[in-house]
Amino acid sequence: MDLSYGSEMEDFRDEVSSFVESNWPIKSVEGEEEISFERQASMFRERAIEKGYLYRSIPQKYGGSEQDADVIKAQIIREEFSRKWAPAEARGIGTMMLVPTLLEKGEEWQKDRFVRPTITGELTWCQGYSEPGSGSDLASLKTRGELQGDEWVINGQKIWTSGAHMADYMFCLVRTEPEASKHAGISYLLLDMKQPGIDVRPLRMMTGSSDFNEVFLNDARTPKDWIVGKRGEGWTVSRTTLKHERNSIGGAQQTRSALAGLVKLAQESELNGRPAIENAEIRQRLSVLEGYVKAHQYSGYRQLTQDAKGGDAGIINMMMKLFSTEIGHQVSGIAMDLLEEEGLLSAGNSELGSRSSSSQGWIAQYMYSLGIAIAGGTANVQRNVIAERGLGLPRDAAANRSPGK
Amino acid sequence: MNFDLTEEQEMLQQSLGSLLENEMPINRLREVFDGDTGDDPDLWKSLAELGVAGLAIGDTYGGAGLEILDLAVAAETLGYHCAPSPFLGHVLAAVAIEAGGSEEQKKKWLPGLATGDQIGTIALAEAEGRWQPEEWKLAASNTISGVKDFVPSGRLSTLMVVGLEDGQLGVVETRSDGVTLEEVDGADRSRRMDLVTFADAPCELLANGKEAALRLRNVGLVLCAADAFGGSQRLLEMSVEYAKTREQFGVTIGHFQAMKHQLANMALDVEPNRGLYWFSAYAQDHEPGEADRVASIAKAHITDRFMQVARDAVEAHGGLGFTWECDVQMWFKRAMFDRAFLGTPSQHRSRSADLASW
Ligand SMILES: Cc1cc2nc3c(=O)[nH]c(=O)nc-3n(C[C@H](O)[C@H](O)[C@H](O)COP(=O)(O)OP(=O)(O)OC[C@H]3O[C@@H](n4cnc5c(N)ncnc54)[C@H](O)[C@@H]3O)c2cc1C
Repeated sequence: MDLSYGSEMEDFRDEVSSFVESNWPIKSVEGEEEISFERQASMFRERAIEKGYLYRSIPQKYGGSEQDADVIKAQIIREEFSRKWAPAEARGIGTMMLVPTLLEKGEEWQKDRFVRPTITGELTWCQGYSEPGSGSDLASLKTRGELQGDEWVINGQKIWTSGAHMADYMFCLVRTEPEASKHAGISYLLLDMKQPGIDVRPLRMMTGSSDFNEVFLNDARTPKDWIVGKRGEGWTVSRTTLKHERNSIGGAQQTRSALAGLVKLAQESELNGRPAIENAEIRQRLSVLEGYVKAHQYSGYRQLTQDAKGGDAGIINMMMKLFSTEIGHQVSGIAMDLLEEEGLLSAGNSELGSRSSSSQGWIAQYMYSLGIAIAGGTANVQRNVIAERGLGLPRDAAANRSPGK
Repeated sequence: MNFDLTEEQEMLQQSLGSLLENEMPINRLREVFDGDTGDDPDLWKSLAELGVAGLAIGDTYGGAGLEILDLAVAAETLGYHCAPSPFLGHVLAAVAIEAGGSEEQKKKWLPGLATGDQIGTIALAEAEGRWQPEEWKLAASNTISGVKDFVPSGRLSTLMVVGLEDGQLGVVETRSDGVTLEEVDGADRSRRMDLVTFADAPCELLANGKEAALRLRNVGLVLCAADAFGGSQRLLEMSVEYAKTREQFGVTIGHFQAMKHQLANMALDVEPNRGLYWFSAYAQDHEPGEADRVASIAKAHITDRFMQVARDAVEAHGGLGFTWECDVQMWFKRAMFDRAFLGTPSQHRSRSADLASW
């Protein structure tokens, strides 16, 4: 065991750190107009790509920096960038889920056309998987796609589609082979959102804001070759993406900063006229939480080490999402107690105007932690995976029987 | 960055594991657990031959000169097998003497401890749960008088490291005059404990006892955590195995989703703790700034989870789980030991909060 990164990597860290130091924030020339934050961020990203620090897995011809896979370097870059609050890769669902899928399974022209504008944020995407009747049992989806001449004609409904109201395109799962079995009848299609056959209706979330939508598809059209993988391979193609999503939610870094934020809240709030952090019960609860946070952190180290070696950390890989969502529940529970009477406030998205933005931020998180628990595979579904694939218990009989289309 | 065990550590785990499988299979474990002494001298001999007794003792004194992480890896394996042995007290006594003894003291005691011919233990707890160096009251002098409670493997030991006032440590030879031992009615019959009374017993103060006492505490916490990790892993495996074989309603009970989720939750109480115990052990030799806090955090968290897993394991075994005959109960009691020895989870949570200057 050796937790140092080694001298070669420490040199690399110095290099990254001095790059960030001299390039972020981007200074405006004296006498000239201030550069907007967005402009600064995109200038910074361009320079970082040139140095090989961002979009490392993406070939240069698609706008990436095409570096050999090196999880340790990637980790050092993340650490140094976040230390100075420098912009990292744009984290849209297109970058996180579609781009890796295209790189692995897409046609050359698809990569050419979509990857670069997606990572620069010019093109935005939404994910059309869930349907009213198909959530956990996603493969039972019913939205139909029929090939008519040179076009797919799509009919059906998607739901809970985050960002559909702003997205240029959608990547979606559609049943194109109705005769085939449940999983083998699905294709992975790309779709222009700005067309008459698509009707996006916002759904209001429990927080009060509207980030997700219903998407009605009535004779929506997309060219025949806007399919990723072959007909009927969509289920397998989509598995590549879901894997990426699960990794991103599991990040131990987030739970560590959540704990730090909570400790700060406890230091700044009062209970019975004393700083809440002095309260014995609060101290116990924070310490209980820290046990989980540390276990999460060192499990992340184990994953990182195995990824770097090309090994396999084993069952822990299936646990990270559930583990972090359970930590999220604890964090927000403690926060609500610290807020005391301000726990009566809304999540801050009403027309009345915010009364305490920091408290209402915690309340929003209290609710969002549930969204994270549900999205991308519910807690129960995670437990099924751990039990069946991790512990080798029998597959669910009902799930096996369901013809589900 | 290489957050993993070395090949040597994995080999240690394997050879220790197969030794325990051969010499302490579950039927033998039951005999010892139910027997009078709670010990198997042949097993201790084999452990010593493998080098376990002197694992972290410097090679100049006949030990293997390894680190706390190596001790912890051994502790995990012993916990996995619920192995009855004086390991815990013995290695802690050695750690204390190595850290706090003068050259002369080390020469006098460590070689015997390294071969396992001498068996060491630690005598720390005083009335009202005073486990910590800051709390000890027993007067330090060349002879000591007073009582120490919950001394692991006291009657097997030949010497004990005793916690004294002002956070000092002294060494008392167990068989000297003025030392009497009385077995405690402990739950964990794989690690028996004694109430030790000293009446003008000869005692030799360690040269740097105060510093050594702090290391002794941290390492003790880490080893409880490691033992707890190993034990909880075993209980998970036993419960999964049972769910794959026990039938009700015409199918194995592992078919029922409630069982599967219960077992998945148990797994979630076990596997994420592996890295935490590794780091807590590693920190003792390599991350001095974090050593104190993470020792308390690991002990509190992992022994607490072990206890929960043990409760879940009893339930997973149904009526059988509630019997003395079911193996689960032996690990349940191992969990009770790991949880309460050297202070409860809530005490160590308070300590870690204090150390963070929260
Ligand atoms: C904030 C948010 C954003 C989202 N964004 C998107 C998006 O952009 N695109 C998209 O396609 N989808 C999105 N989703 C949808 C999300 O993926 C689904 O909600 C999720 O997969 C669960 O499906 P469901 O809602 O139909 O619930 P259901 O599957 O009906 O589940 C209801 C309950 O039944 C339980 N359950 C179901 N099956 C089993 C089983 N086999 N064993 C045990 N328990 C079971 C579940 O655990 C849950 O508790 C989003 C959801 C949320 C909350």
